[in-house]
Amino acid sequence: MTATVGQQAQAAARASDVWKVYGSGEAQVVALRGVNAEFERGRFTAIMGPSGSGKSTLMHCLAGLDSVTRGTVMIGETTVTGLGDSGLTKLRRDKVGFIFQQFNLLPTLTAQENILLPLSIAGRKPDPAWYDTVIDTVGLRDRLGHRPAQLSGGQQQRVACARALVARPEVIFADEPTGNLDSRSGAEVLNFLRNSVREHGQTIVMVTHDPTAAAYADRVVFLADGEIVSELIEPTAETVLDTMKKLDTPAEVAN
Amino acid sequence: MVRATLKSLLARKVRLLLSGLAVVLGVMFVSGAFVLTDTLGRSFDAVFADGFSDVDVNVAGKPKVALSEAEGEQVATPVPAAVLEQVKTVPGVAEAKGVVNADGARLIGSNGKVVASFGPPQLGENWLGESDLVTLREGREPRADGEIVVNAALAKAAKVKVGDRVGVLTLAPKQEFTLVGVFGYSGGRDSIGGVNEVAFTTPVAQRLMLGEPDVFTSITAQATDGTSPESLRDAVAGALGGQYEVKTGEQVAADASASLKEGLSFINKVLLGFAAVALLVGTFLILNTFSIIVAQRTRELALLRAIGASGRQVIGSVVLEAVAVGLIASVLGLGAGIGVGALLAYLFGKLAGGLAVAGLGVPAAAVIGAFSVGLVITVVAALLPALRASRIPPIAAMQDVANPDRPLTRVTVGGAVVTAIGAGLLFLGLGGHAGDNTLATILGGVLFAFIGVALLTPLISRPVVSLLGAIFAWSVPGKLGRLNSGRNPRRTAITAAALMVGIALVTGVTVILDSAKSSISSLATDTIKADLVIAGAQSGPRPPSFDPAVLDKAATLPGVQLVDGEYGDMAVVNGTRTWVAASSNVAALERIFGTKATAGDISRLAPDQLLLSSDTASARNLSVGSTVTVQLSRGDARTYTVSGIYESSQLTNPMVLPPQAVRDFAMPQPIQGFVQLAPGTRVEDVQPQVERLLADSPEVTVVDLGSFVKQQTSQLDTPLRMIQILLALAIAIAVLGIVNTLALSVLERTRELGLLRAIGLRRAQTMRMITVEAVVISLFGALLGVVVGSGLGAAVVRALKDEGITKLVLPWSQMGTFLILATIVGVVAAVLPAVRAARINVLGAIAHD
Repeated sequence: MTATVGQQAQAAARASDVWKVYGSGEAQVVALRGVNAEFERGRFTAIMGPSGSGKSTLMHCLAGLDSVTRGTVMIGETTVTGLGDSGLTKLRRDKVGFIFQQFNLLPTLTAQENILLPLSIAGRKPDPAWYDTVIDTVGLRDRLGHRPAQLSGGQQQRVACARALVARPEVIFADEPTGNLDSRSGAEVLNFLRNSVREHGQTIVMVTHDPTAAAYADRVVFLADGEIVSELIEPTAETVLDTMKKLDTPAEVAN
Repeated sequence: MVRATLKSLLARKVRLLLSGLAVVLGVMFVSGAFVLTDTLGRSFDAVFADGFSDVDVNVAGKPKVALSEAEGEQVATPVPAAVLEQVKTVPGVAEAKGVVNADGARLIGSNGKVVASFGPPQLGENWLGESDLVTLREGREPRADGEIVVNAALAKAAKVKVGDRVGVLTLAPKQEFTLVGVFGYSGGRDSIGGVNEVAFTTPVAQRLMLGEPDVFTSITAQATDGTSPESLRDAVAGALGGQYEVKTGEQVAADASASLKEGLSFINKVLLGFAAVALLVGTFLILNTFSIIVAQRTRELALLRAIGASGRQVIGSVVLEAVAVGLIASVLGLGAGIGVGALLAYLFGKLAGGLAVAGLGVPAAAVIGAFSVGLVITVVAALLPALRASRIPPIAAMQDVANPDRPLTRVTVGGAVVTAIGAGLLFLGLGGHAGDNTLATILGGVLFAFIGVALLTPLISRPVVSLLGAIFAWSVPGKLGRLNSGRNPRRTAITAAALMVGIALVTGVTVILDSAKSSISSLATDTIKADLVIAGAQSGPRPPSFDPAVLDKAATLPGVQLVDGEYGDMAVVNGTRTWVAASSNVAALERIFGTKATAGDISRLAPDQLLLSSDTASARNLSVGSTVTVQLSRGDARTYTVSGIYESSQLTNPMVLPPQAVRDFAMPQPIQGFVQLAPGTRVEDVQPQVERLLADSPEVTVVDLGSFVKQQTSQLDTPLRMIQILLALAIAIAVLGIVNTLALSVLERTRELGLLRAIGLRRAQTMRMITVEAVVISLFGALLGVVVGSGLGAAVVRALKDEGITKLVLPWSQMGTFLILATIVGVVAAVLPAVRAARINVLGAIAHD
């Protein structure tokens, strides 16, 4: 089953018939099998699936961190497939924001410097009004001069969110952003991500295995065995959990 | 536990390679030094054994002034011809010969220049006929006084052939001879040990090489069949009494070889000194590597602790790793050292003019030295990190431990104490309070100072590195590189300190030598009132000399006001050895050198009078009117009366003898000449005329005072350059250290680099970031080195103030060069780590599962 939701013109990221195959011969592992997916502008999409389903691979391919074996990936108007290292670097710098599970910040830089790092690398100045908005939204104004080591896990992750947001990328990819946080800090981060979508029209694609986290999204895409198998619009934790339970049984063999 | 250690060692063999390399280089120096001296020693043994192979008993005079190889050529007391007749009558003597054989026969080659020797003697001798050892290859033996033969090596070097007229410089000025033959040695050799030989007829050899007729250097005797050399020796000694040294041929060979070997032990010490420097730098490098490795393995070690390994077992595992690295490095270093030693011996043989180098041998000292040094250094360097590893709590395995910022208080206090000890030792040593242990005290002080500064370095690294990094902080990669270099002050500090040692030593030595050069040349230019100087550059044990007749002829040239020729000799004065001078014109002391009298009259000197410098007078407790006994290289001891005392300066000789004493000097010809022109005479007018007078004295030239001073002080450049070359090795090891630290840091920061690349840092920017880090570290090291080196150098210069080094010259341009070099070194050191960092797989670095 394939999912093609939303209007084409509005897609911030799109995967067309994407295959990803690791290794060859006997050791061949197919991680993605002809995935077609679109992620609309201004929406918060979660990618879910059991471990080994290919959800992280899909995100890495979409973000230009990994190459696809077949098919095309586009971010906005840019075709990601076929770009060289410098093209990919430029893409990541200008069009994509990242929030990882951990090791999100440079320990030598202050919170503020970490937030502004992608812009400084690109040699751009932040829009002061937008910068203020972001800082106020993440609520870190009094912590800007601190180093990562002096911040809690939740605060560090909010700094990472602010860094992703401040450059106003086409799309932000979040890879298990709450995986290392306690539930309260996790809720703060997820609320913050949802608000940035609702209030500022940011596009976010988040990979998670936590149904509660997925429930913050506008839409959930389910992957199993390298294929998109289901999707939910306006999910709740319960509906997500139900869908997951249905998927769990056949996917155990993978990985 | 042992298994786990060896497995983890194998897994990280590349990381240990670089630190191991430092040990390899140090061990190579140590074992190379021993192999070199052993090989050369055996080569010398062979040469002398050969040279005395057909001598059973040798009779020689006791030297009047005993000198070691380093002090110059010892002049043997000649044996009168009558002794030869006496030896011939001793029962058991089959044959006895009178041998004239002395260093100092300098042949003038076909290009008009003297054939130079850089060590082996240039023997002038009497022709004793062919033997088992010596055969004529061309021509015939010398029969008339105007004929000579030379050995094949000398004929080749001088490019002369049988029938040529050749000039020879001896105790007498240049004389021309006809070359009537060329001889070689058994086995087709051109020379024995690179020695050049000129053979005259016996009377000519006696006159030119010994300075008097009817004397020999030694008398050699062969025993009749059935008489052992030892019994013959005793018989000859009994017949001659105790006046002469009677030895068997074997003994003479062994003694001659031993005296050369003394010179070799000096080379050995120098090489071992540099090995020590290399190993000191290597210790820093290994210490750093093990620290980083232990830090990176915190989780692994904590896991071992959690599953029950004791702290001692953890120490054991790190030390075991060090032993393995030390062992492998020692083996490799020993192998490399044997190769280097053999290569150096071969080069030495070449340079010495064809010394047949003995076969390769590995002395026990080389093996013992290699393994003890390699193992001890590695284990000592690994001990500190091992102790730290043992203190890792098991809980660390469960936590996400970064390198915690440990306070620097202890290391700083330790550094201050060690630096203070070093400063104290330096003060004692340089202040002359350490007596016989002065050198050891100074070296100890330098060592302590280095270690102390290295310990203090973490504290100063933060501000200094931050300041240096500010140069590069205009770009994002530069800024990140700057922050990274300030990140782990200990690591940065040790890496930089390794570079500091080499640069500090070079800077220190340069400061001292430059200061000495500048002080001496300004003193010389200020005080010597000569317009032209006759002198040459010394290349062998003997200073160049020239025909004394030149002095008289120069004095008659129009425009010349005063001419002075300076002679010198080592003498025994009242029982102690000292350098003495003689002047052809005593008045020159005041008129050319501006020397002032402090007592008596120094403007004239009777044949039985001498002058003393004020230092010598006070040291020997002598005053005007005292009598002293002087034994020169030749002749008998004589008594002189002190007639005047002059003020000591850097340029004055300890004592000045009258010109009549010169004939008993080892070299009875002037070694320097000073020409003062009348006011208004142009130097350019007189110089060519003096040049013409020197046509038969090719060892010297006439130059103006400025060139002379430059020529004299430039002799200090050679040792300086050699030290620089040898210390370059220490600097090279330090560069390895920078590569190592960066490579390990890149590995440690893989995730960070992945993150940076993920959020848009380009490959080139990544490389720039690593390069800035490397450059900042190496600049920091060079800066430390320049500062510490200048400090040490200045301290020594200050201590030598009384020795006449009054000026402190800091080699600014050279220091600048070091900083520029450090920048280049940083860039070069960064290449591999930077490429590695740029190639990091972004996905692999950040993926968490």
